[in-house]
Amino acid sequence: MCVYMKKQILDAISRNGRFSTEELAALLATDEDTIKREIQEMEEANVICGYPTLINWDNTDHEKVTALIEVQVTPQRDMGFNKVAERIYRFEEVESLYLMSGGFDLTVIIEGKSMKEVARFVTEKLSTLEYVNSTATYFVLKKYKEHGLVMSKEQRDTERMLITP
Amino acid sequence: MRDPLAKKIQTIEPSGIRKYFDIVSEMKDAISLGVGEPDFDTPWHIREEGIYSLERGRTFYTSNAGLKELKIEVSNYLHRRFGLTYDPDHEVMMTVGGSEAIDGAFRAMLDPGDEVLIPQPSYVSYEPCAVLAGGTPVIIELQEEDNFKLTRQELLDHITDKTKLLVLPFPNNPTGSIMTKEDLEDIVDVIIDRDLYVISDEIYSELTYNNTHVSIASFPGMWERTIVINGFSKSYAMTGWRLGYACGPRVILDQILKIHQFAIMCAPTNSQYAAVEALRNGDEDVERMRTAYNQRRNFLMKAFRDMGLQCFEPFGAFYVFPSIKQFGMTSDEFAQNLLQEEKIAVVPGTAFGDSGEGFVRISYAYSIEDLKGALERIERFIRRKDAYGG
Repeated sequence: MCVYMKKQILDAISRNGRFSTEELAALLATDEDTIKREIQEMEEANVICGYPTLINWDNTDHEKVTALIEVQVTPQRDMGFNKVAERIYRFEEVESLYLMSGGFDLTVIIEGKSMKEVARFVTEKLSTLEYVNSTATYFVLKKYKEHGLVMSKEQRDTERMLITP
Repeated sequence: MRDPLAKKIQTIEPSGIRKYFDIVSEMKDAISLGVGEPDFDTPWHIREEGIYSLERGRTFYTSNAGLKELKIEVSNYLHRRFGLTYDPDHEVMMTVGGSEAIDGAFRAMLDPGDEVLIPQPSYVSYEPCAVLAGGTPVIIELQEEDNFKLTRQELLDHITDKTKLLVLPFPNNPTGSIMTKEDLEDIVDVIIDRDLYVISDEIYSELTYNNTHVSIASFPGMWERTIVINGFSKSYAMTGWRLGYACGPRVILDQILKIHQFAIMCAPTNSQYAAVEALRNGDEDVERMRTAYNQRRNFLMKAFRDMGLQCFEPFGAFYVFPSIKQFGMTSDEFAQNLLQEEKIAVVPGTAFGDSGEGFVRISYAYSIEDLKGALERIERFIRRKDAYGG
């Protein structure tokens, strides 16, 4: 019951972080205290890690450049990839960091103000780390969909009829 | 000039919904809670399959009863979900929506004078289709105190020597009422004892919120006297694809198929290919949409309770059917006033039969955001009416 409730809350707020606890209680047919308690538990257990907002920066006046970098590293004795990863993710520019299977080890996603800034990060910070063997940088040209949401307003040709049986 | 029209068609009133549609269409920026179709788009993988089938040039007729692979999938699906067994070769046929199946079943089974029991409030087409097929509709007025279920006593009270067919429209549009296994158990022996046939319209069978839907055809002795009607419109959000099906004993299906063969030829080919994909890989979509509907249902029930609008809890379809008797207006007046004063469109219960008087149908096939906005207006409206009413 409790596990199921947590899953339901997560499903709901994963798509809309702005639901109030009151609204969540109504949606899931429970009381507000339960919702508050469950959310607090999940925050404490680091199940809910934060509440960022999905922003389409392309539609603002602010420049943002995103790059995906494939990184090959030498794992460190006694600490595997984790220590290496930590050295990388502590940089503020790093938006996401994943350990990968396959032809390279880490995917680093960088967000910067300009290509220059990203380039500086890669050449000066990332590739100079002693256990980083090689990097391959790909710049994102356009974002279509992120976090399950389509970034542009979808065009709909038709509207539903207002009244149907 | 001679009257160009047949007498029978002139006895049939146009749908009450249609009249209301015209009024709402005139109104700019009205928020509608009046639709009887899902707000979701058809899941992309199903649409993609439809597109692919066009690319492959599958633009020909299918056999009258439908694509064999689809009939096999329908048969598998009904068995997996509801424990029903139908031979895909002779006991399943694809139709143009569930509506065609309803019409075909009436026409195949009714002789002039045969009585058809139609519980109301219910979908708008049973009564006129029964009349067009030459039958005599006998209306059973379902009661709110029974949660709009069909009771054994109501059934017994309306059976005569001429009764041949019972329409079983559950989960129900417009009330959202369902018939559980126990509710059906209560009426099955009456149906068998009085030798009735059943048209079970189960188009909302995937949209139940406490238990899995139970089909009356799954009861011993009922399979051979039941036509099960279902389709893709509600469960897979595919209303515009116009695809449904009828299942039942071959002796009846062969005759419905004959009507279908001459009047329709076959259900849309493109839709049939998309439907194969829906049945093979669409279970998660159905689950996702059901969860969303259920949350909205919870949301509405809570809001109605908070604003003091009386409403029995519906466990099926995507409608709530609150009582508006406390406001001293007819359903029609309530709907018209709500539209004029707050620009919210709901459908008067009377569009679904006289027994819908005193109720309105509110659809929750809308996003939570839309519902929230609409509820604020409804609350403002009924506060005002309450204040006037004292």
